[in-house]
Amino acid sequence: MTADGEIIHFDNVGLRYGTDREVLSDLTFTLFAGRFYFLTGASGAGKTSLLRLLYLSQRPSRGAIRMFGTDAITLPRARLPVLRRRIGVVFQDFRLIPHLSAFDNVALPLRVAGHQERDIFGPVRDILEWVGLADRLDARPATLSGGEQQRVAIARAVIARPAMLVADEPTGNVDPEMAQKLMRLFEMLNRQGTTVVVATHDLDLLRKVSDSLIMRLDRGRLSDPTGALRYPPRKPA
Amino acid sequence: MIFAKAPADGAPRLGWRRLGVRSAELVPQARMAGPMPWVIAIMVALTAIALAAGLAIGNAVTSARAEIEGGVTVQLLEPRADVRARETRAAIDALKRQPRIAGLRQVPQAELDALIEPWLGTEIAAPGSTGSAIPVPALIDVRLNGAATPERLKALETVLAPVAPSARIDAQASWLKPVFDAMVSLQVLAIALVALLAFALAAAVLLAARSALGANREVIEIVHLLGGTDAQVARVFQRSIGLDAAGGGAVGLALAMVVILSIGRRFGGLGAGMVDSGALVWTDWLLLALVPLLSTVLAMLTARFTVLHALRKML
Repeated sequence: MTADGEIIHFDNVGLRYGTDREVLSDLTFTLFAGRFYFLTGASGAGKTSLLRLLYLSQRPSRGAIRMFGTDAITLPRARLPVLRRRIGVVFQDFRLIPHLSAFDNVALPLRVAGHQERDIFGPVRDILEWVGLADRLDARPATLSGGEQQRVAIARAVIARPAMLVADEPTGNVDPEMAQKLMRLFEMLNRQGTTVVVATHDLDLLRKVSDSLIMRLDRGRLSDPTGALRYPPRKPA
Repeated sequence: MIFAKAPADGAPRLGWRRLGVRSAELVPQARMAGPMPWVIAIMVALTAIALAAGLAIGNAVTSARAEIEGGVTVQLLEPRADVRARETRAAIDALKRQPRIAGLRQVPQAELDALIEPWLGTEIAAPGSTGSAIPVPALIDVRLNGAATPERLKALETVLAPVAPSARIDAQASWLKPVFDAMVSLQVLAIALVALLAFALAAAVLLAARSALGANREVIEIVHLLGGTDAQVARVFQRSIGLDAAGGGAVGLALAMVVILSIGRRFGGLGAGMVDSGALVWTDWLLLALVPLLSTVLAMLTARFTVLHALRKML
């Protein structure tokens, strides 16, 4: 993170798959530490592609990306895990490991990061309890409903307290009550300093989080009419 | 506290070393259920049998060489029995006076009769004599200190020529050379088989690792996105294939032992000198026991390098 609180900076970034036309074009924006961002746009606008760039699943075709003060374009592969461990991801299709239990799926980021087993059980059990799955610790993903799988995916994304949380339609498969609860969890993380980026179609969600900033994608281009992405308003203390 | 304390520096730590069996669970695979352990069992069994054959042949060659290296046979070809007997005594006396002779003995007539019996039968003795009616050469078996070199044979010929003109001297090693050459060829073949089987094992593991990588690509991508390193992913595959190789290796060695002991017992029953000298010694058994261990190490290294190489192509 830089001195002015910048954690992510995109400079004239473009992305194309193969020889097709660019799905993302001329993206220039900055994400600041501790802010809450909503990424909106119509289907096919490029939200998922932008998220893939944010959680380092994809390199851009052009432009520069700086993450946590590091040039993410020239960073050697071997050092990518360092950055990835600072990013929590909630995938739209959950991407739980099918043969691992809910507990082991949630524990995975901690195990990957080298936490001791004795430091893992308590937090994993607590967060699964918090998302209402205390009685499903040993359940395999295939035996969980879509909503339960989504909650496991969210628990996995936040268990290691990432510096940035990226979520792709995180409330798409849960009931309104759980959706509200999950948004409270995101807000709680945000208050503790985690930058949150949520891609969503649900415009109601935008109104529920105060001081959130909106990134609107339209056919691969980001609109920032107010300049809030470049010069965000000061966050109230 | 809901959340775990995040590492302060965000630096990668190879924590899966402490995970034990849990890390291997990332790749779902029932032990001894797939074909890989059985392929490894067959490879290890064949390798151990080939190695045992190579070692046994090596032992037989070494032992026989040591035994006949200084061996010289003196044949007295004189057809007249009385002259032959006189020349034999004179030759023995002359040889006894020579330096660097470890020992000598005249091959008894009974042994000579036994040697020719398979071809000429037992009804060839001259009436009223102990010898054969056919003029069979007298044989003197001489042991030299050191190898029977052409120079030493020439010196012996020079000594014997005046006292036993019909004497002909042969180094035993020279007429057994084709046999030794054939045995050494078999030994080389056995070593080549061991090398080929090791290569085949590595190739089988490479294919299995690639197949497992393909089948688990989604899982690997998730682990990567959660911050897993290539080394961590490789360790999972390495461990999984290592367990398969260890199980398969144990089964293969057991199978090979049954075959080796069974064949060893059958050859032992022949009572032939050169075959008996090919028996495996304890160091050979130790080498055979190392086969599954080395196979496991080879399989794990192959899996590791295959996976690391493949992962380099992923982001």
